[in-house]
Amino acid sequence: MNWTWFHKLGSPKWFYEISGRWLPWLVGAAALLLTVGILWALAFAPADYQQGNSFRIIYIHVPAAFLAQSIYMMLAVAGVVGLVWKIKLADVALQQAAPIGAWMCALALITGAIWGKPTWGAWWVWDARLTAMLILLFLYIGIIALGQAISNRESAARACAVLAIVGVVNIPIIKYSVEWWNTLHQPATFKLTEKPAMPVEMWLPLLVLVLGFYCFFAAVLLMRMRLELLKREARSSWVQAEIKALVGKGI
Amino acid sequence: MSSIFILLVQREARLLCRRPAELINPLVFFSLVMMLFPLAVGPESRLLQTLSPGLIWVAALLAVLLSLDGLFRSDFEDGSLEQWAVSPCSLPWLALAKVLAHWLFSGLPLVLLAPLLGLMLGLPAENLPTLLLSLLLGTPVLSLLGAIGAALTVGLKRGGLLLALLILPLYIPVLIFGSGALQAALQGFSATGHLLWLASLSLLAITLAPFAIAAGLRIGLAE
Repeated sequence: MNWTWFHKLGSPKWFYEISGRWLPWLVGAAALLLTVGILWALAFAPADYQQGNSFRIIYIHVPAAFLAQSIYMMLAVAGVVGLVWKIKLADVALQQAAPIGAWMCALALITGAIWGKPTWGAWWVWDARLTAMLILLFLYIGIIALGQAISNRESAARACAVLAIVGVVNIPIIKYSVEWWNTLHQPATFKLTEKPAMPVEMWLPLLVLVLGFYCFFAAVLLMRMRLELLKREARSSWVQAEIKALVGKGI
Repeated sequence: MSSIFILLVQREARLLCRRPAELINPLVFFSLVMMLFPLAVGPESRLLQTLSPGLIWVAALLAVLLSLDGLFRSDFEDGSLEQWAVSPCSLPWLALAKVLAHWLFSGLPLVLLAPLLGLMLGLPAENLPTLLLSLLLGTPVLSLLGAIGAALTVGLKRGGLLLALLILPLYIPVLIFGSGALQAALQGFSATGHLLWLASLSLLAITLAPFAIAAGLRIGLAE
């Protein structure tokens, strides 16, 4: 199989070009999936017999939580690629994806709290999953802070890569220890029900929204990476030409 | 290779012992933080006894973290870190020697001081061996993880708070198992499971952390 296109993605100019072709499709797919998903979830999915309509926040909470975890995995993979193969675009991807992941994590925590108040009566409980998600948020903030603190761009990227890899190795340990800690100290008043087997009418919109969120993430990441590449390669001729073209279009 | 290791540990030991006042700092910090808790939550002894595993562990964790801040900074500034990086000896090995020396002089005294402070919080005397063992197995992990953070922030002028931000999430499993061991012992259950977990985390850290520390040091040197 011809892998030239894959290797081309490592060059800023080609990446800019190729991502420019994918971006409209991704934005369109994200807009479509998110709109369809939200309408379906809010208006057409049946209400939960126990929680009534308040369960609908799951349609934002679950995709955000999935994304928060996947983006961290992506950060670690980008870190490995950047450290081992020294591909600068992997460094760019890592530093641009980290804030998106942090926001997704925060969104998951906030929507979870909003969900928790009517269902459990408390804004926050020290449940295993919530605590693990909070720790993940701090791991994200650490990567962002380290990237900002080191002034040399190469060193900053490499340091973030090392931190992401150390974090990813620790995540299973953290998850296991927090789950175990929680079962040991299970508060007697709550029993957090495991996700019940959802009927098709409920999880189909969820699937649509998860896909929509992933497309949204991909679109936003590509946009951020393209902007960063324009900044980094500002003195090269292809960027000058690109900016002239964009200015010419009146953007 | 092992002779270089021993030489480096001896060098670090000599350097650390030249300023004994600095060795006392983590111990004083540990004691001060422990003193703050009864002042904050009230002197009721049952409450303090229930909280004592967590309080001792959080105070020990913070003391270790703060003592690690400048671990590599003086070597970075006078150029010996560069010599280590270009020497034929493997940098992970040398980093491990440095962390070992630091732990022997900063971590171990904390472990030895902890029973006294535990008694002050009302920890029963029969739980002191568990306290000692949990800290003995846990502080190496804390030192090694903290050294990773110290290596990543070695070039930064004021890396102390950033170091804490980076490393505290990674400390959480050690905290859970360490204070869990003590809580189990306090309630009369066996702490063996927790202690075995701490031992396995220690071994994992001793084998893997030096590579991360070396990577962090090279990044700092490359600037």
